[in-house]
Amino acid sequence: METVVFSLLNGVIYGLLLFMLSSGLTLIFSMMGVLNFAHASFYMLGAYFAYTISSVSGFWLALIFAPILVGLVGAATERWGLRKVHANGHVAELLFTFGLAYLIDEVVKIIWGRNSVDYRVPELLDFPLFTLYGTQYPAYRIFILFVAVAMLVALWLLLKRTRAGLIIQAALTHPEMVGHLGHNVPRIFMTVFGVGCALAGLAGVIGGNYLVTDPAMAISIGPIVFVVVVVGGLGSLEGAFIASLLLGLLQTFAVSIDASFADIFGWLGLGETTEVGRITIASLAPMLPFLMLVLILMVRPRGLMGDRDI
Amino acid sequence: MNFTKSAALAAAISLCAGMAFSDTVKIGFIDPLSGPFGPTGDAGLKQFNFAADQINENGGMAGNTVEILPFDNKVNPKESLVQLQKAIDQGARFIVQGNGSSVASAIIDAVNKHNTRNPGDEVLFLNYAAVDPAFTNDRCSFWHFRFDSDADMKMEALTDWVTKNEDIKKVYLIGQDYSFGKAVAAAAERMLAEKAPDVEIVGNELHPLGKVKDFTPYIQKIISSDADAVITGNWGQDMVLLIKAAISSGSDVPYLTYYGGSLGAAVAMGEQAVGSVYQVSEVNTNLPTTDAQNALIDAYEAKYPNNNYYFHRIHMLMDMMDMAAEKSGSTDPKDIAMALEGMVVDGPYGTVTMRADNHQILQPLFVSVFSDNVQRDVENTSLGWASTDADRIEAEDTKTETTCKMERP
Repeated sequence: METVVFSLLNGVIYGLLLFMLSSGLTLIFSMMGVLNFAHASFYMLGAYFAYTISSVSGFWLALIFAPILVGLVGAATERWGLRKVHANGHVAELLFTFGLAYLIDEVVKIIWGRNSVDYRVPELLDFPLFTLYGTQYPAYRIFILFVAVAMLVALWLLLKRTRAGLIIQAALTHPEMVGHLGHNVPRIFMTVFGVGCALAGLAGVIGGNYLVTDPAMAISIGPIVFVVVVVGGLGSLEGAFIASLLLGLLQTFAVSIDASFADIFGWLGLGETTEVGRITIASLAPMLPFLMLVLILMVRPRGLMGDRDI
Repeated sequence: MNFTKSAALAAAISLCAGMAFSDTVKIGFIDPLSGPFGPTGDAGLKQFNFAADQINENGGMAGNTVEILPFDNKVNPKESLVQLQKAIDQGARFIVQGNGSSVASAIIDAVNKHNTRNPGDEVLFLNYAAVDPAFTNDRCSFWHFRFDSDADMKMEALTDWVTKNEDIKKVYLIGQDYSFGKAVAAAAERMLAEKAPDVEIVGNELHPLGKVKDFTPYIQKIISSDADAVITGNWGQDMVLLIKAAISSGSDVPYLTYYGGSLGAAVAMGEQAVGSVYQVSEVNTNLPTTDAQNALIDAYEAKYPNNNYYFHRIHMLMDMMDMAAEKSGSTDPKDIAMALEGMVVDGPYGTVTMRADNHQILQPLFVSVFSDNVQRDVENTSLGWASTDADRIEAEDTKTETTCKMERP
């Protein structure tokens, strides 16, 4: 029972963190029609900005300013980088974001060093919130949950309940028409790109101290975010949400299951000492996202909620 | 004609100059200097540089200057072979490495091959921390010396501790999923079955090396298994994050570690880990020792305020290499290897012997506990590692049987 409760909590938190990253990526994809390879790098920038700001003025200011800063960097990237490259087609855009990811990686290494920085949970939230089945649960994790849910609600209201959201949604599918109606489409694109990056930055701010802030954080989470976007359906926010939670739960549950192949397939005559029988479910956890990616592309190429094929 | 002559002269002079250069003993340091294990490799490099500076100040190694050439291998065996070739090309005849038995295994093979193909131009591998027991047993090589006690020797110490503490009935094993982690788990299972058959192993978990960023799910498994103690061989970031998750989840059973002293772990542990995290190692800085050794520790920590004196074995390695050079009057890898065999040194914490039969060091080991009552703290926390006389294991008592059949050139 306790395993289920804790895995649910941890899985949901990890899933929401993934959603914060993938929501921006999927919005940007709908807009440009190209996967932004540098998206996870903005997540990393968020964590490093927050580290620097919080060492000067505390965590709470970092929580506000670091995402804004990342959003500005993202908007500038779109305005002076992507927009120029856009004229040369999708391949050029793809290569541009690919190069950008490496560029940000190297810049981070030059500025903050090659090793992890000591970005810590704020003292105000560094206490066990409650004890369940003899295990303490850190308050900061619940804080992540709240920030993620607040962001989710805000994003949903913005897109579905405001005029600006209406224009954004229209611009995603029918940019020419929106342009003809007198809206500044390039500016809408720039804003969406900036907001998407800011969301990734926010994920970095609250995820950087929960996990680890080091130059490898972008490369380690990047592939998983792509899996989320593809499984959820390219361009679909609802799909990204479901896929994020699914992946978060799947990975956390896999780690907590104490069984090996021999326990599951023993009835087939698989022995405990055989090479295959010894594989534990927990050791499969890092593989599961990619297994899901391959399966979904084979069975349902448009993803869970997507409305177009890849 | 004149031109040819002067060209020949120039060539001869540059050759002489080249020979004058070779008065430097170059030691290739191949370890992670970036990524999740970067801080660990960096800490090792600092101690090597410090030890080299000391030797140079005292007249050098048999009159030669010692130079450490650092190479970043990202704990990747393939990358390490590229770096090894680079080190050899740059004139390093001695290779030091420690982080990752997977890496050490690749280097041993490559060095053996190199030495067979290049007689007279051999390379010697001095291993300061890769502790897979195989390297001094089935896979032993004349060209490999290990200056750290192997995983089995350390596990003897930890399992003795478990046997002594009779309230411990359930033990949980967690480690990194590669040769070293597997060796630790296998040793723990074997020795516990022998020494304490009533102790139950309630979990035996291997996690991916350097990939896990949040150990909380693992810790929750440990807590729900009702284990009375945890044994882990984790090092570097895997050690720091494991203990960080354990502390924040309120897991208060003893953690018996190989590398609880990994850089960054003390800060993550804090007050809550006092009395519950143990480490088996060749040193803790609060051990009684000579004035000279205390002065050395002070000098090291003054030079690198963000690091602690942790790798005592690096100083032993450099000192023994230096002595071997003096003894044989040569800095040729083969002569040094011959001189190292069977060498006995009176170290600051007891007598240290390099076994001739399998090239494994025998040194006193200490099971230290994380304490708030220490003279020397670590990572500026006012906490540190302490041990009593009862926690000392004499060098001879760490000796294990070997299956090594050494082939000498």
